[in-house]
Amino acid sequence: MGDLQIKKQPKKYDAIIVGSGAGGGMAAYVLANAGLKVCLIEAGPMFDPKTDSNQLKNPWESPRRGASTKYRPFGDFDGCYWGWEIDGEPYIHKGDTKWEWWRARMLGGRTNHWGRISLRFGPKDFKRRSIDGLGDDWPIGYDDVKPYYDKIDQMLGVFGTNEGLPNDPDGIFLPPPKPRLHELFIKKAATNIGVPVIPSRLSILTKQINKERGQCFFCAQCGRSCKVYGDFSASSCLVIPALKTGNIDLVTNAMAREVLTNNEGLATGVSYVNKDDLQEYQVTGKTVILAASACESARLLLNSKSRRFPNGLANSSNVVGKYLHDSTGADMGGIIPELFDRKRYNEDGVGGMHVYTPWWLDNKKLDFPRGYHIEYGGGFGMPVYGFNWGIENLNGTYKIKGKQKEAGGYGASLKEDYRYFFGAHIGMAGRGEAIAREDSLCEIDPTVVDKYGIPVLRFDTKYTDYEIKQAKHMKETFSEILHSMGAITTWGGDDGPHNDYGLHPPGNIIHEAGTVRMGNDPKKSPLNKWSQAHDVKNLFCVDGGPFVSQADKNITWTILALSMRTSEYIVDQMKKQNLG
Amino acid sequence: MDRRNSIKALIIGSLSTGVLIEACKPDEKKAIVNDPNSKVTGPTINRMKEEEEHYKQVIASTFFTPEEMATITILADIIIPKDEISGSASDAKVPDFIEFIVKDMPEHQVPLRGGLRWLDMRSLKKFEKPFKNCAHDQQMQLVDEIAWPKKAKPEVMPGVAFFNLMRNLTATGFYTSEMGGKDVGYIGNAPNQWNGVPADVLKQYNLAYTEKELKECVNFDKV
Repeated sequence: MGDLQIKKQPKKYDAIIVGSGAGGGMAAYVLANAGLKVCLIEAGPMFDPKTDSNQLKNPWESPRRGASTKYRPFGDFDGCYWGWEIDGEPYIHKGDTKWEWWRARMLGGRTNHWGRISLRFGPKDFKRRSIDGLGDDWPIGYDDVKPYYDKIDQMLGVFGTNEGLPNDPDGIFLPPPKPRLHELFIKKAATNIGVPVIPSRLSILTKQINKERGQCFFCAQCGRSCKVYGDFSASSCLVIPALKTGNIDLVTNAMAREVLTNNEGLATGVSYVNKDDLQEYQVTGKTVILAASACESARLLLNSKSRRFPNGLANSSNVVGKYLHDSTGADMGGIIPELFDRKRYNEDGVGGMHVYTPWWLDNKKLDFPRGYHIEYGGGFGMPVYGFNWGIENLNGTYKIKGKQKEAGGYGASLKEDYRYFFGAHIGMAGRGEAIAREDSLCEIDPTVVDKYGIPVLRFDTKYTDYEIKQAKHMKETFSEILHSMGAITTWGGDDGPHNDYGLHPPGNIIHEAGTVRMGNDPKKSPLNKWSQAHDVKNLFCVDGGPFVSQADKNITWTILALSMRTSEYIVDQMKKQNLG
Repeated sequence: MDRRNSIKALIIGSLSTGVLIEACKPDEKKAIVNDPNSKVTGPTINRMKEEEEHYKQVIASTFFTPEEMATITILADIIIPKDEISGSASDAKVPDFIEFIVKDMPEHQVPLRGGLRWLDMRSLKKFEKPFKNCAHDQQMQLVDEIAWPKKAKPEVMPGVAFFNLMRNLTATGFYTSEMGGKDVGYIGNAPNQWNGVPADVLKQYNLAYTEKELKECVNFDKV
């Protein structure tokens, strides 16, 4: 290798987009279809679910039988490259911070494996400060976003039902799948104790919506990404179709280093290192759109220092990296004795729950400020690594085919036990809203760099009583539901004050947001209500960064809606020549 | 429909599932997912290059000695023997899986190696032979000391912990094999149309779909 030099790409693009997940994929789709010339930079390799998905592989086709590795923390068949740790790309914790940072490196990012839970924020979710005095209101409201939710419902497809709930808005839904057997048990039990259970809202095609994408064939493997494009991934539904316009130059394995600026304080392009040849490159464009994930976009801004922007780019407010928050999470599992020795049939269904519980209570009557929803799992899952692990804790506890057995054991009798318990397990997961706080943040570590020489993030955040009390409430609800259906808790029942009621470490739910938030006041927010930097008018951020708060709803559908809204604004502003 | 064609049908996005399912008779559907020629190796599934390198490293070495593997095989077949429904752990190549998994998950190495040695020492003291050389009834005496966690004597608790791990690893290896999946009755991983819980099962549990559900949910009943 010769001396290191910077290779400048002569072409000037209309837009440079960093990151190809939900936010970047949508921006690429809208801009390319509007005829703009786009350079899309992705830190990982090309990935097309049609050819690269592990869908319909059998457990024995993985030498580790689907167990996880650091390369695939959600299991060997999962559709996401990398996760909690990436070789050569560390991150740092300040003090006793326990933040866990998921990073996908591939075309489409983490949307290749996400849960497809596609919930609109409700009117209250944009105005939480006005309701409980905590955090901040968004500079926009539900009515601003509703037209975009409507568009993406139709363009990308989501099933669900219109229930007329005040803060879980109706949508334009495909029909949901019927509940599975354990879901009927859950529905009956939860409803009996006043916890509502309604059809889930997942972006999976129970009906075909266009010629480019197939219909769901009910293999329950959305997490592996779908070969027929039967569910939403940014790769299959946004970037790959957008590439067909011929307006996008896609650069894979390109790790963005800095956003470049000129003397007028405008963004001029992006510099990146190519992970294959390890050379340094620069691309130039009229606008720069960050969609590298909430924390990577904040990192990129904070690392883009210049004489004019000594504090990092778009950071005169000094809040880039602050207000970092994730969904809260706590879980519990149980077993339903009534389901022992079940009749066998294929109940794979879609890749996720067919029913869920939206937030149903009034926080004014509770000792914590924000709500949570409940996700449910269970039934006849494909056996993978860990199948019925710990049977010695089960098979001495219940009568099996009428006989009381001794725990543990071996032989033909043990084989009978595995058959007997198969399909009787259920799980519940609460996913709630944490408060976005200024003192919950990521910043550039003063000394540590990654293997490309890019300064890395240091996380400084911890949960407060608000989130811990919410987790306690989740656990109490789960116990009540399990009890109501005659189920017995098998895990997650021992959590208590000693471990914050099983509240997962922040970051663990992989819904991080808030680090580049929007707001009307340039002193308190890097972005305006169009996700456009107050300080740099041709710089935008369209991932989870702009979120002022994130509701008790998974954020992907709102990232998509907001990215579409911002992208249409960019097209309009470019036509009016307002960005140059 | 041969396997190559059925895979092609699967990856053509514009085909509706109905076409896909009707194109494959039930016994042929299996061909999509159960390729008898597929080896238990990494290359049949999508890997990024770092994973391929890791896999090569893992399989480059051998962890267990032939003596240890012999003991593992005996124990695995005691835990999962052949019965009227399916074959044994070694029929399903569970010992090979255990050899692989301890290299992939090094945290299992010491508990298994140490547990095997603990068992051999127990065996030497009782029968003056390592476990694998004992007669079957001697082996079963040793196993019965450690296979029942709640009634085991305190002095054999290290053996109980070892046998629990052996039981769990053996079961994982067996039930994630083709033979084991059939034994436990997992019916899935194939294109189909979910039309709800079968009527006889609903009846068995005294459950029914509501009118709202029947009206709103996707329905694949033939009209």
